[in-house]
Amino acid sequence: MEIPAIVGAGLVVIGAGFGIGRIGGSAMDAIARQPEATSKIQTAMIIAAALIEGIGFAALFAV
Amino acid sequence: MRRKYSLLALLFTLTISGVTFAHDNHSHSDDHSEVHHVEKDTRTEIKETIAHHLKDSHSFELFHGVSFPLPIILWDDGLHVFMSSAFHHGEAVAESNGNYYFMDHGKIYSTDPEGTLVYDDHHHALNDKPLDLSITKNVFVVMLMCLLLFFLFTALSKSYRKGPIPSGFGRLLEPLVLFIRDDIAIPNIGEKHYKKYMSYLLTVFFFIWFMNLAGMTPLGINVTGNIAVTFALALITYFITQFTANKNYWGHIFWMPGVPVPMKIVLMPIELLGTIIKPFSLMIRLYANITAGHVVLMALIGLVYMAGNVLASGAFYGLTLFLGLIELLVAFLQAYIFTMLTALYFGAAVEEHHDEH
Repeated sequence: MEIPAIVGAGLVVIGAGFGIGRIGGSAMDAIARQPEATSKIQTAMIIAAALIEGIGFAALFAV
Repeated sequence: MRRKYSLLALLFTLTISGVTFAHDNHSHSDDHSEVHHVEKDTRTEIKETIAHHLKDSHSFELFHGVSFPLPIILWDDGLHVFMSSAFHHGEAVAESNGNYYFMDHGKIYSTDPEGTLVYDDHHHALNDKPLDLSITKNVFVVMLMCLLLFFLFTALSKSYRKGPIPSGFGRLLEPLVLFIRDDIAIPNIGEKHYKKYMSYLLTVFFFIWFMNLAGMTPLGINVTGNIAVTFALALITYFITQFTANKNYWGHIFWMPGVPVPMKIVLMPIELLGTIIKPFSLMIRLYANITAGHVVLMALIGLVYMAGNVLASGAFYGLTLFLGLIELLVAFLQAYIFTMLTALYFGAAVEEHHDEH
């Protein structure tokens, strides 16, 4: 029931969610501009999302 | 045709339900008779069940009450080999060639015939521990899966004798192998050097994928959620990167070209640390993703039993189903990410000199 830990975990999730949301948003803009590059954009989006998720999880576990 | 599809959909739903139902073994025994005043006990019991399922164990428990023992191999000035049934699930003292051993919280300690353990303030036993090389559940599953992978891939390679198009199970594996070669290895490593790394990339991808999938089965297996396993994978990646790197790679780390000299001196320790941190992040990413997935799934199943009414339990059950499907995607995705980042690091290690600097 440590409050600082809970607040820290919440901040980490906010940061990760914000970051991945931005990536998703730019990916969707890019796909809308050029639908034939969809698979490349999707691949890059998944990779970036996994990297951010990685640090998010690492921080969450440390907390 | 429509009947076949609906039958298939029903079968699929039942299978996935089996995945969610089979995670809980112990928690439902208390909840049906007592109601709200033992809420605390259910919660601690659920926590203990989750912790138990995340850990390795010396016997393989298939489901509640049915388990088979695995061999225990200890090195204590001499090799001691016996089956884990000698411990009777942590209650009996095992004897082997004159030495007595007792298992406390999954760890084996040497003790006397009565099984006395000296505890310290934090309830950790202070006895000597022999070197534990036993075949635990994780080791057993790794060996089983490696055998499965071996048979699958030898079937694929044998089917190439009959012609360029594979037959049998190889038809499922061939697009995956080509996917790794064309979308992971060649773009990241380049046409000249990708062949020597292909075997490791294939091994890592299929190993992690199959281990993640095994973790989603009802057998309570948790191989990639064990930090020792992911540490070993990251260590091998680190060694391969360092030992196959060319002069350009080391040049970029120790004396980065195209940068003023004070910056070069500042950059050197950072780059050196970077070589260690990159495989470290590989280890943490895989471990945390898989463990978090298992914890969330098991906690949701615990919530199914902790909720008061049937409607909430049904909602939690549906959520567990949905999350289970996402975890299947995560199993593939984490294998792909690990392999792709490994290929990226290999590519950086064998990069040729560019004339931009």
